[in-house]
Amino acid sequence: MTYYWICLAIMAGTTYLLRAVPFALVRKKIQNTFIRSFLYYIPYAVLTAMTVPAIFYAVDAPLAAAAGFVVALILAFLKQGLTVVALAACSTVYLTSLIFTCF
Amino acid sequence: MSTNKDFFRGLRAGFPIGAGYFSVSLSFGILAVSYGFTWWQAVVISLVTVTSAGQFAGIQTMLTPGQYFPLLLSQVTINLRYSMMSVSLSQKADAAFGRLLRWLLGFFITDEIFAVAAGEAVVKPRFFAGLTVLPWIGWVLGTLSGSLLGSILPAMLMDALSVALYGMFIAIVVPVAKQEKPVLLAVGIAAVCSCLCSWLPGLKELPGGISVSICAILAAGVAAAIFPVKEDMP
Repeated sequence: MTYYWICLAIMAGTTYLLRAVPFALVRKKIQNTFIRSFLYYIPYAVLTAMTVPAIFYAVDAPLAAAAGFVVALILAFLKQGLTVVALAACSTVYLTSLIFTCF
Repeated sequence: MSTNKDFFRGLRAGFPIGAGYFSVSLSFGILAVSYGFTWWQAVVISLVTVTSAGQFAGIQTMLTPGQYFPLLLSQVTINLRYSMMSVSLSQKADAAFGRLLRWLLGFFITDEIFAVAAGEAVVKPRFFAGLTVLPWIGWVLGTLSGSLLGSILPAMLMDALSVALYGMFIAIVVPVAKQEKPVLLAVGIAAVCSCLCSWLPGLKELPGGISVSICAILAAGVAAAIFPVKEDMP
């Protein structure tokens, strides 16, 4: 039980500090163009690196995951919102896995 | 000026994130209970941490006793991206965003909340506060529902729900990459690097969080060197 609370403190503490400290301490406008550009691109780079290839291993059947990935790509390309894309990806994975279990 | 109207505009903008978080944290709750955590332990983790990848990695690490240092290391590497987002957001924060508000609201900088806030020309504190409400509630309620329903839902459904997180990431990245070539370049480099890091011998032994950070820094660095953003951009 103590282990749970210490681990919780580590998780919550590091996550909070990583988020709040830079936000609270960086008050001035950053002038350096490279850093400004880097900060502009970083979120997209992070999200991509987190998604690919992890999404293919999130599900037992990699083909079902791939189907969900493709559906999400198409819907996002058509500018559908977060919820639509997320739910469509889940449904595709579910239905595809269901079809696989029939064979 | 920051008004109540800004708060409600933020609240509305947070709705889709909250709905998405509900489905993702549902799978977190299910997984946590299947690992042997109680429902309230799962809920408390979500309540005070509010991070997807970090929590999933965290509960996995906690299964083995005495893992304080590996836990710390994995949390820092997985969540290091928040610091970059946090600096990025600090550049757009309204003058009304005082020190105390930054310490308080900084707690809520998640990938999706950041992505929506970054779409604002200037981030007002009330807008940001409104934006955080429904995602936080969705995250906690989803965890609660998942940890209570976990034993009822079939494994295949749970498996499918784990993809929701990635679906949200895709929904944030693709529309911007479609419109802006430099973002597409950053996305391409990040994707290739990340695949190499998980497939190549030697590289694949790196902890997931570290390879994500390395790939993101490489991709954003190359894009920033080739395509510096214009002065009026964030």
